[in-house]
Amino acid sequence: MTEPIIEITGLCKAFGPLEVLKGIDLTVRRGEVVCIIGPSGSGKSTMLRCVNLLEEPTGGKVVVDGVELTDEDCDIDRARTRVGMVFQGFNLFAHLSVLDNLTIAQRKVLGRSKGEAEMVARENLAKVGLSEKAESTPGQLSGGQQQRVAIARALSMNPEVMLFDEPTSALDPELVGDVLGVMRQLADDGMTMLVVTHEMQFAREVADRVLFMDGGYVVEEGPAEQVIGAPREERTRSFLARVLDPVHNAGA
Amino acid sequence: MSGKSGLSKRQRAKVFRISQYVLLVAVVVVFAITADWAEIRRAFFDFDVAAQQFPNVITIALKNTIIYTVLGFAFGLSLGLILALMRLSSVAPYRWLSTIYIEFFRGLPALLVFIAIGTGIPLAFKDTHITREVSIMLALGLVGAAYMAETIRAGIQAVPKGQVEAARSLGMSQGRAMITIVIPQAFRIILPPLTNELILLTKDSSLAYLLGSTLAEQELAQFGRQALTSFKSLTPVLVVGLCYLIITIPLSLLSRRLENKFGSGGMTTRGVGG
Ligand SMILES: Nc1ncnc2c1ncn2[C@@H]1O[C@H](COP(=O)(O)OP(=O)(O)O)[C@@H](O)[C@H]1O
Ligand SMILES: [Mg+2]
Repeated sequence: MTEPIIEITGLCKAFGPLEVLKGIDLTVRRGEVVCIIGPSGSGKSTMLRCVNLLEEPTGGKVVVDGVELTDEDCDIDRARTRVGMVFQGFNLFAHLSVLDNLTIAQRKVLGRSKGEAEMVARENLAKVGLSEKAESTPGQLSGGQQQRVAIARALSMNPEVMLFDEPTSALDPELVGDVLGVMRQLADDGMTMLVVTHEMQFAREVADRVLFMDGGYVVEEGPAEQVIGAPREERTRSFLARVLDPVHNAGA
Repeated sequence: MSGKSGLSKRQRAKVFRISQYVLLVAVVVVFAITADWAEIRRAFFDFDVAAQQFPNVITIALKNTIIYTVLGFAFGLSLGLILALMRLSSVAPYRWLSTIYIEFFRGLPALLVFIAIGTGIPLAFKDTHITREVSIMLALGLVGAAYMAETIRAGIQAVPKGQVEAARSLGMSQGRAMITIVIPQAFRIILPPLTNELILLTKDSSLAYLLGSTLAEQELAQFGRQALTSFKSLTPVLVVGLCYLIITIPLSLLSRRLENKFGSGGMTTRGVGG
């Protein structure tokens, strides 16, 4: 077993009176791919956003690559450069070209030279199969292409960990495959990944581990075969029934 | 199908439209008959007088109007940006200060601000020599900043939150994300209302006469007033008016084009011509 890279202990998050996370423990090892599934509103996004402190936890501890993010003295901007994040809505910088989207943080945050940043950017664009779109603006790209650019942008910071928050949920169905393909390649290359997704097929084939969340808790976790294939918990079973066969299990 | 008048809906609409044209023509005709055209032509279209306004109306008056406007706009835009950021700050006193400033200067006629600057600055800073240009820049900018601050704030708030989240997730600090990601996008959104603000400042620069001026410092409006008395003709006013339009109409067209391009309407905080 490789060493742990993400260690979450007793993670709690409340928005005012609303308790969203009620004590999450999770350890992710280097190179592991963990998929998080669960019903809408169960706190999946909030949990993911606590891993790079886009949300500030109200309790518990988050350690990434040996750095405790929840420590008050932590240089959070520095720490975030080692955690890439891919959003449901892509969030490409609308006023910048694809290439500039990939270079701006490298230059302003990591202090890389223009030449070096562009070299890294073009490498990553090639990795997601969009080399020829370097000069395009985000508005000229399809949703699937935008999301692949967003992945390349995150990769350009050379992160240790990648977080994906429903990366294919906003895409037309025929564009989902390209994005999942890039993610699969990334997993094969050994990237540590935390993926919130409703793509059960992807979770089964790529994830080393699957977490089922509900009501602010991790209800069940284990290998994909077990959690998706043979869930032990009733809540997991009824959720999967609704996701896998929505027509016959409405309101189940 | 048919109403009481026996006309269909479409026929009635047609009658209504025709009556609008008839009304318009009637107004024009009445106006044309009653006006004393000879008198109007003598007063406004005296070509000799018009010719004598050149080249000074361009080389002095138009030039000064543009200089004063640009100075006021530059200062107002910078101050407006600071005020907008204060307005959005998490530090409450900043928000209060900014709100007070904005309400104060939006509630005052620009004329009063010019008078206050014209008399107040020499009193308050006896020993420092503040030039006339700087006073005009201050007066125009102080007023313009109040309006531009609200426009800029609206622009910043119109940038989707996801943009900041993406920037922060890449390790940018709050300030860096604001400068490199949010503000450039906000300015694209608010270019049309900012162009309108420039038009308004162009017109407000006519208040510079309140600060006194030598001939070489006159802007368009004062140049026109002076010529009005020395030539005993309204023609200089017409010439000066045309000079204003040479500046404002292209700006107005630009603003409309930008609005179409970036698709942002209704963000002006004071209407042109108001
Ligand atoms: N910024 C916020 N302020 C208040 N409530 C929030 C905020 N973000 C999320 N929530 C609430 O937290 C709960 C969990 O949200 P989320 O983590 O987005 O769930 P999921 O991603 O599993 O659908 C929801 O009830 C949501 O309304
Ligand atoms: Mg979510």
